[in-house]
Amino acid sequence: MSLLLPLAPTWSLAAAVSPADTAWMLVATALVLLMTPALAFFYGGLVRAKNVLNTMMMSVAAMAAVGIAWALVGYSLAFAPGGALVGGLDHLFLRGVGLDAKGTLPHLLFMAYQATFAIITAALISGAVVERIRFGPYLAFITAWSVVVYAPVAHWVWGGGWLAKLGALDFAGGTVVHVNAAAAALVAALIVGPRRDYGRQAQLPHNIPFVVLGAGLLWFGWFGFNAGSALAANGIAALAFTNTLLAPATTLLVWMLLDQLRSKRTTAVGAATGVVVGLVAITPAAGYIGPLSALLLGGFAALPSYAAILLRSRSALDDSLDVVAAHGIGGTTGALLTGVLAQAVWGGTDGALFGAPRQLLWQAIGVAAAALYSAGASFALLKLIGKLVPLRPAARVEGMGLDLQEHGEEAYTTGEGAILVIPEEALPERAPAGLPLPAPAEGAF
Amino acid sequence: MKLIVAIIRPEKLHDVLEALFRAEVRGLTITRAQGHGGEMERVETYRGTTVKMELVDKVRLDIGVSDPFVDVTVAALQRSARTGDVGDGKIFVLPVEKVIRIRTGEEDVGAVTPVTTG
Repeated sequence: MSLLLPLAPTWSLAAAVSPADTAWMLVATALVLLMTPALAFFYGGLVRAKNVLNTMMMSVAAMAAVGIAWALVGYSLAFAPGGALVGGLDHLFLRGVGLDAKGTLPHLLFMAYQATFAIITAALISGAVVERIRFGPYLAFITAWSVVVYAPVAHWVWGGGWLAKLGALDFAGGTVVHVNAAAAALVAALIVGPRRDYGRQAQLPHNIPFVVLGAGLLWFGWFGFNAGSALAANGIAALAFTNTLLAPATTLLVWMLLDQLRSKRTTAVGAATGVVVGLVAITPAAGYIGPLSALLLGGFAALPSYAAILLRSRSALDDSLDVVAAHGIGGTTGALLTGVLAQAVWGGTDGALFGAPRQLLWQAIGVAAAALYSAGASFALLKLIGKLVPLRPAARVEGMGLDLQEHGEEAYTTGEGAILVIPEEALPERAPAGLPLPAPAEGAF
Repeated sequence: MKLIVAIIRPEKLHDVLEALFRAEVRGLTITRAQGHGGEMERVETYRGTTVKMELVDKVRLDIGVSDPFVDVTVAALQRSARTGDVGDGKIFVLPVEKVIRIRTGEEDVGAVTPVTTG
């Protein structure tokens, strides 16, 4: 009970809380949370039918595991006053996080908004290890990762840590979210290892409409992600919002052109991927660059990620859903271009193109630091969990698909051959309607 | 001539096709099937409704071969479809009265000999 006491003091809606900002951020928080089920559809469509439920649950369960870890511990490590590397413990168990103003928002709303970021970032990692990691160890990993890796890196950039003091620009999380998750994804793909049939047989997406649906919902939610990162209902939010519309539009166009050049066809999976890459790339820049710069940035961002996907699919690295190419390469491109295209007149500080070439260096340092720390800590966490429990299911389970073993469900069952199991105590005198089949006689099949 | 009917696990289909290809068995038909072969029953739950799945997804292969290919085909099937667990499937070898290739009217051995396209 004593834990709950700090929440009891009398709140007075401080004058500093802005109703307009609060209204927008309530909506933005809901928008960002929607991105996680959207990711479930995006990833779920890309895997085979026998693993779609497991893949979707890897995103869905992050809302529980990471959301709770964030409220109890992660938020404090990211945003409580602390040092250059990590926040303090003042807000542990949400102590002191109430309705008083944090900026112009109720502190609790700020915490909730940031929680949705932690959730989607951890869920992004799953794309590198789908179809072959056991559900329990996966959940343990992303939960620990959100506390040990995500929270400190968020502190570096947004919580007043060393990258913020250095002057690295990351408006909505190109480095904190995308580069960070991609580095963990790369390490996870290497440690967990490739799917047993990777490189031996084609592993095709089982539901491309799901992929397109997911990409569409991600774009919708991303307006909350980028425009919400202004933390206010103001001009910067409008700029970030518009850039979130424009940049993915050019990435999508260039991606379709690249598809057309390479294979004489524009593919739907390619279009969905292009949208996501564009969204990733504009994330660090959204509130710092002008709208025409956003069009440029989006178009340019398609090139390195497109090349990375082609390279990866010919390599031995089973980053199954291209987290590294889309989020790592896309996030790095966006972070570096932020350092080129940022303009003081649009709310940033001037970038390389506008007379401050050193900004590019700060951007590179930010990307490298987040990637190195995330990779190192993810390696340690996965090795530790791997020592305690096996990360991989048996070959037989991987062959049958993880949906059956891990979740006891099939995504597309016809119900044929399903016999109702009625609990003994609920049985009347007569036999149940669905008699179980007798044990098969010798020779029957 | 024989008709070889094999019931296998869907996840072994790729391995089986590869083995058959290496054994130079080219003509075949596959069908998605469901069956029961004494596997341990699977229990699944959907919103509190618990069911036992008595039928398991399988793939059925129908392969018409000339006599010299019977043993080769059976060996390739058995080697590639086996996991060692209950539910690996069955291979049936059936006599065939007559085979006719629709396009050319060739019969029997001629009809099951793969066409070499230049």
